[in-house]
Amino acid sequence: MSATVAPALPREKTRDVPAGYWQGVRKRLLRDKVTLICAGLLLLILFAILAAPWISPHPPFQGSMIRRLKPIGFPGYPLGTDELGRDILTRLLFGGRLSWFLGITPVAIAFVIGGTLGVVAGFAGGWLNMLIMRVTDVFYAFPSVLLAVAISGALGAGIFNAILALTMVFIPPIIRVAETVTTGVRNLDYVESARASGSGAFTIVRVHVLPNVLGPIFVYATGLISVAMILASGLSFLGLGTRPPEPEWGLMLNTLRTAIYTQPVVAMLPGACIFVTSICFNLVSDGLRSAMDVRA
Amino acid sequence: MLLYLIRRILYAVPIALSVSLVCFMLVHIAPGDPINAILPPDAPADVVASVRAAYGLDKPLPIQFGLWLSHVVTGDLGRSLATGRDIWPDLAAALQNTLILAAASAGIGFSLGTVLGSLAGANVGTWIDRVCVGVAVAGVSVPHYWLGMVMVIIFSVTLNVLPAMGSSPDGAGGWALDWVHLRHLILPAVTLSVIPMGIVTRNVRGIVVEVLGQDFITTLRGKGLRRSGVIVHVLKNAAPNALAVMGLQLGYLMGGSILVETVFAWPGTGFLLNTAIFQRDIPVLQGTILVLAMFFVALNLGVDLLQTAIDPRMRRS
Repeated sequence: MSATVAPALPREKTRDVPAGYWQGVRKRLLRDKVTLICAGLLLLILFAILAAPWISPHPPFQGSMIRRLKPIGFPGYPLGTDELGRDILTRLLFGGRLSWFLGITPVAIAFVIGGTLGVVAGFAGGWLNMLIMRVTDVFYAFPSVLLAVAISGALGAGIFNAILALTMVFIPPIIRVAETVTTGVRNLDYVESARASGSGAFTIVRVHVLPNVLGPIFVYATGLISVAMILASGLSFLGLGTRPPEPEWGLMLNTLRTAIYTQPVVAMLPGACIFVTSICFNLVSDGLRSAMDVRA
Repeated sequence: MLLYLIRRILYAVPIALSVSLVCFMLVHIAPGDPINAILPPDAPADVVASVRAAYGLDKPLPIQFGLWLSHVVTGDLGRSLATGRDIWPDLAAALQNTLILAAASAGIGFSLGTVLGSLAGANVGTWIDRVCVGVAVAGVSVPHYWLGMVMVIIFSVTLNVLPAMGSSPDGAGGWALDWVHLRHLILPAVTLSVIPMGIVTRNVRGIVVEVLGQDFITTLRGKGLRRSGVIVHVLKNAAPNALAVMGLQLGYLMGGSILVETVFAWPGTGFLLNTAIFQRDIPVLQGTILVLAMFFVALNLGVDLLQTAIDPRMRRS
């Protein structure tokens, strides 16, 4: 990648040859400062929460009745303490692990399941398409928050149930996107010619369809992570996700609600973490979308 | 056209049926015997047996579904476990409060979103565009339950100008169109409006950009039409798609207000749901979700029909 070096004459020539798709994506991404900054911030947060056991100043569950609800900058507790005297910084670091896990896992599972079903529906067409898409329509008839609350409310609190509920929420939209892009690719000439030359359905999907549809589906899924984080923390906020004393941003926000009159700034910190993470995921997804030139 | 209308309305019927099936199954995916969702755990054995027979829980699932459905269509959603009262009257009152909140946030979110989106779309690539898009991204990325807490801290705790909780000063839950009640509506409505604001901004911007790129706009400009005249044409062409987005958002507001209602103790359906979840009051959970989902199905249908009615281009397809 010496494209930025002043090019000599023969280099000018090679520039006329259209560069590879991924090279173009890379180039556009490197020029997109907002996306790069957000991706950097996300990496920083990821590193911090993964390293939580080593960089946290205190154990996450150690409370102290005489040090409850201390303000930011309290000696030894840089971000203050919560309603049970536990260090906020420590709990934010540990809480991020669960919040990220709860936000990303459902989207990842839904990407695999929804992507598969959508590609199958789009490629097969006919009654299989009808079946898959009509069932999808039913789940589309619920507003997403309501569906998540309904499923996890019926199943009861717990991390597993929350992930199950959120996965159910994200499968239908991913199926729809996957079906749309696959239907678009299915009727293109090169797929037709592959079929004429005797390729089996599996080979066509693997060689010709997947490389063309995975990008758009993936970009769409990254955009869902932001929603998933807000929803996952929202479920914990309602008491449906994580259970105390486990640290998680949404749950911390809930338990700190009682402290808004005494330590408002401390009480706002977990929500600010959700906000920053969510907005970064959103902007990175937008950047990927325009860099990969996805129109969906 | 008529054929399309009939087809679209008929299509809503299987969707509505399937949605009620999902709601019906909620009781059955809840851990344990569904009888536990109807009776308290310490109910005597003969009561359990008689209730099981009365609810038809000894019959196969498809027949149970039919029985339940025949009750539901007459407005009988069953009784609350926690209060022993009929679900429908309480739900109707809560639904009214949620409608008020959703309508207020829709009003704020849609008008702000339309203005920001049009501004951004008409000035693509400039700093105005960037500011509007930035506001929109922040709107869809902010955890609104957190935003609600921030609002309470600023306007109720620090400035002490707006009430933090409830829908009325006496706590009775009644509502009237006067300043005393409107004061209670401001914070939750503004909090809830940020998501539709962001989504409407993004969509309106996209639609305006698309319309501005069409040939007839060039013609209008070539004919010497003033900027304000062009805008009228743009809005007319952008309206059907924008309306569709807004219709869906209204539905999301109705179903998605649970978190904001919890933060502000707003006595709507979300608050009802939250209480039901805490008390494991599955019949209330089921009834509320059924009614909200049906509302969403009806809204979807209405949006589709409205879009067809006002956009002549849709009729041909």
